[in-house]
Amino acid sequence: MNCEIRVELPQHLRTLAGVRGEVTLEIAGPVTVRSVLDAVEARYPMLCGTIRDHVTQERRAFLRFFACGLDLSHDSVDAPLPEPVMKGEEPLIVLGAIAGG
Amino acid sequence: MSKVRVLVGTKKGAFVLTSDGKREKWEVSGPHFAGWEIYHMKGSPVNPERLYASQTSGWFGQVVQRSDDGGKTWETVGNKFAYDGVPGTHQWYDGTPHPWEFKRVWHFEPSLTEAETVYAGAEDAALFVSKDGGQNWEELSGLRGHGSGPHWAPGAGGMCLHTIILDPKDAKRMYIAISAAGAFRTDDGGATWKPINRGLRSEHIPDPTAEVGHCVHHIAMHPSRPGVLFMQKHWDVMRSDDAGDTWREVSGNLPTDFGFAIDVHAHEPETIYVVPIKSDGEHFPPEGKLRVYRSRSGGNEWEALTKGLPQKDCYVNVLRDAMAVDTLDKCGVYFGTTGGQVYASSDCGDSWMPIVRDLPAVFSVEVQTLR
Repeated sequence: MNCEIRVELPQHLRTLAGVRGEVTLEIAGPVTVRSVLDAVEARYPMLCGTIRDHVTQERRAFLRFFACGLDLSHDSVDAPLPEPVMKGEEPLIVLGAIAGG
Repeated sequence: MSKVRVLVGTKKGAFVLTSDGKREKWEVSGPHFAGWEIYHMKGSPVNPERLYASQTSGWFGQVVQRSDDGGKTWETVGNKFAYDGVPGTHQWYDGTPHPWEFKRVWHFEPSLTEAETVYAGAEDAALFVSKDGGQNWEELSGLRGHGSGPHWAPGAGGMCLHTIILDPKDAKRMYIAISAAGAFRTDDGGATWKPINRGLRSEHIPDPTAEVGHCVHHIAMHPSRPGVLFMQKHWDVMRSDDAGDTWREVSGNLPTDFGFAIDVHAHEPETIYVVPIKSDGEHFPPEGKLRVYRSRSGGNEWEALTKGLPQKDCYVNVLRDAMAVDTLDKCGVYFGTTGGQVYASSDCGDSWMPIVRDLPAVFSVEVQTLR
């Protein structure tokens, strides 16, 4: 079954991708951080390497993942996302840490 | 009618300044990539409308931007800089081993002859090349494979490969410099490299005349004499007349031999420019006077150029890639400051004027002379 997932990107990445507001992506199969980021990078290739490292696939240190009031940053990227995210009721939020000028 | 295009990378975006050959009135375009650090921008000598910009962020890593219309529009190209093989370790600040990690591109150097080929100097120090206009990158790993790589250590600004010089008379010869490892040369197109630091002396390292470990800030070359190199080192201005095999100091009467930027006049290969900076640790012009120093004899004898530059209460820095020359007659000289001014001289440095001011801190300045 395909799911319509909402993703909220930091402002600089929205500018880089040329989008406004949230982006909506269709995902077939398990809805996880990994599958959502795969879909983000497939739709917006200019974001490859900006959220996770090309080689290690590690989340960039100053970025965090939140959804439904939960901090998912340190969960497995293969863990299922909360049901409201799968249903498109809540976005997966990619947030830049507040640090420095 | 000639035209000049100045490419300015800053802490918070990129700016493109244009003027006709008189260089009196300037149009400012930007900020491009507002809010991002732009470490460097440079145009292709083969196709001057082809520009590359290194867009970096502590949050989002490296993005490579390319323009094919002289900076009016930009597109992202490849940003996958993967070290060849098992990267291994280099020295960390405390002397312990530290894994090699790509952080950003400090310098792009487009090929002198191949329109789609461009080199990138990276932090952590490595040289990458793209042969498809920046879409795909591969490491020229013979540089790190030279054997001294595990002993390289970062300078205050990181362990960056910041200088790439292509020999216009020998396509196989190239020079690079790394802070704080030193200078290296290849004579076989990047397959193998040798350190070229003989004659450099650095009192702050255990062996002041070591083969590697010298803090080289920048190197400059005149295209008509590619075997003659000029270097601004952490301390000392140096000169080599044998393609870097040996160096001698030419600091002469400079008020301080510390600085970052160095460049060569477009038509006079013995005329060179530096901006002396007070150090260690202070990194601003001595006495608060912003002075470019010019030598017309390839070093040793220097004259202060002050007309149009602030001569009191000026505490900016001029970074290593923030000086460039155009090829008009008279030669134009340009430099940018950490205070956000870009100064230009249209008379070889005799007089100066700010062509834009109040930009974010300037990281890099490159000039294109368009016919």
